[in-house]
Amino acid sequence: MSEGALVRVEGLTRCYGDVRAVDEVSFTLDQGQILGLLGPNGAGKSTTMRMLAGVLAPDAGRIVINGIDLLDQPRQARQAIGYLPEQPPLYRALTVDEQLRYSARLHGLGRAASRLAMAWAKEHCGLVDVGRRLIGNLSKGYRQRVGIAQAILHQPPVIILDEPTIGLDPIQLREIRHLIRELGQDHGVILSTHLLPEVQATCTHVQIMRAGRLAYASALAELEQRRQSTCMRIGLSAPPPVDNLAQLPGVVGVEDLGNGRFRLYHAAGAAPHRVLIEQACVGNWELWELTPEHASLEQIVVDLTLGREATT
Amino acid sequence: MIFTIAAREWRGLFLSPLAWVLLAVAQGVLAWIFLLLVRDFQDLQGRLAGLENAPGITDLVAAPLFRVAAWVMLLLVPLLTMRLFSEERRTRTLDLLLSAPVGAPAIVLGKYLGVLALLLSLVVLVGLLPLSLAAGATLDYGKLLAGLLGLSLLAASAAAAGLYISTLTTQPVVAATVTLGLLLALEVVDAAGHLFRYLSLLRHYDALLLGLVNSADIAYYLLFATAFLGLAIRRLDDMRLRD
Repeated sequence: MSEGALVRVEGLTRCYGDVRAVDEVSFTLDQGQILGLLGPNGAGKSTTMRMLAGVLAPDAGRIVINGIDLLDQPRQARQAIGYLPEQPPLYRALTVDEQLRYSARLHGLGRAASRLAMAWAKEHCGLVDVGRRLIGNLSKGYRQRVGIAQAILHQPPVIILDEPTIGLDPIQLREIRHLIRELGQDHGVILSTHLLPEVQATCTHVQIMRAGRLAYASALAELEQRRQSTCMRIGLSAPPPVDNLAQLPGVVGVEDLGNGRFRLYHAAGAAPHRVLIEQACVGNWELWELTPEHASLEQIVVDLTLGREATT
Repeated sequence: MIFTIAAREWRGLFLSPLAWVLLAVAQGVLAWIFLLLVRDFQDLQGRLAGLENAPGITDLVAAPLFRVAAWVMLLLVPLLTMRLFSEERRTRTLDLLLSAPVGAPAIVLGKYLGVLALLLSLVVLVGLLPLSLAAGATLDYGKLLAGLLGLSLLAASAAAAGLYISTLTTQPVVAATVTLGLLLALEVVDAAGHLFRYLSLLRHYDALLLGLVNSADIAYYLLFATAFLGLAIRRLDDMRLRD
């Protein structure tokens, strides 16, 4: 593990009674990374994040934020964190501006710095028009945005977002994802979600949690590689015998789907589409469909978590 | 940092009708009692004139008024302190404070000062009642101030106890009930014997009402408040461990 990492977590463990909610979790986060904690409900994502934010003390393990031990010097370490809990911590009786100002002051910003930070955060989270409205009267999506604005106000090196896009409509969703990617460029971001598309849309790295343990961790690109196409579906109006298809170079198996449709299996990264198209022309097979089929990432994730579970 | 938290707490209290209603009701009740006391004093005035060393208007109006005010205060404090922490825990807004670079002492003291500011404004309002007599009578300002000091200390102690109890539960009503029970018990505990008499909240208050500013009485209240604030700070640190 590198010394210079923005966040370094070692052997993090937390029990609730007899349940080990988080069990020996270790990882690191560098600047410029957006780490997605992915897992089903109750996998320990929120507990992990609460511990990272300093809200909950771990039973065992070490958390080092920006080179400062969270347990030894909690105040200095927490200064480097922006945290959005599962439920945004907002006072319903305050206006958006009052809430943000309070949060800025709590994080040690002066009067002038608070004003600048608020303007910046409101601009980025689309809150400029609602500054004077009471939080209690805002919709859930807007409250979520205020929560995000609050977490990034003081420009912390580490931003921890617990299910940040819950309750947002598709347009807000796109804006917030864009914002998170933007933040990820010069901060380290950790976000949790139980939705895979969320991770695909925003994250550079992914960790899958299951039953309190890390089941899988890698760069997202690595996960994407696993889903490379290994089969394609074709439709032919005048199909040749199945054997002809099976003999095409690169094809390792053929499945007859009926009505002139076939599924061709091939090695990863070696789709025989070129040969197929040539042969279809030559043999007058009348090709009308050619669709590469992806194993869904969802399926891979499920396999990964279940596979891991089977071995433990 | 403490004042940021205190200011929000203060605003929070006044943004809800609770603080206004409590102040209005307390002031209304005490004003009525004040008028009754003034009337009684007027009835007695003739007989007092003949006495040597007769008790003055401060003794006969202000002191009894403050005694009632103490009871009113002890009934109101639980309603003001019950939400301090329990509500924040229930609505999960406490996470903001816990994840901010603020220590537990600052959080506790901030909230305490916020609610104390409200209680002290009630003390000032109560003090205005006997002060209005200055228009037509000579007041013993020393006794008046001693009484107000006593009332402030009483409020400060009760608020500290209420604050600690509100860290123990996520239900404000439970916190209020327990605080009320504790405060009432501490008022009547002096009936149980000499040692317990020293624990009684009101006994130390009585001395101040007589105009006796005794450092032991003041120390009692300060220790009382400090102890409960200390417990609250410990409890808050503990919350990170348990929750």
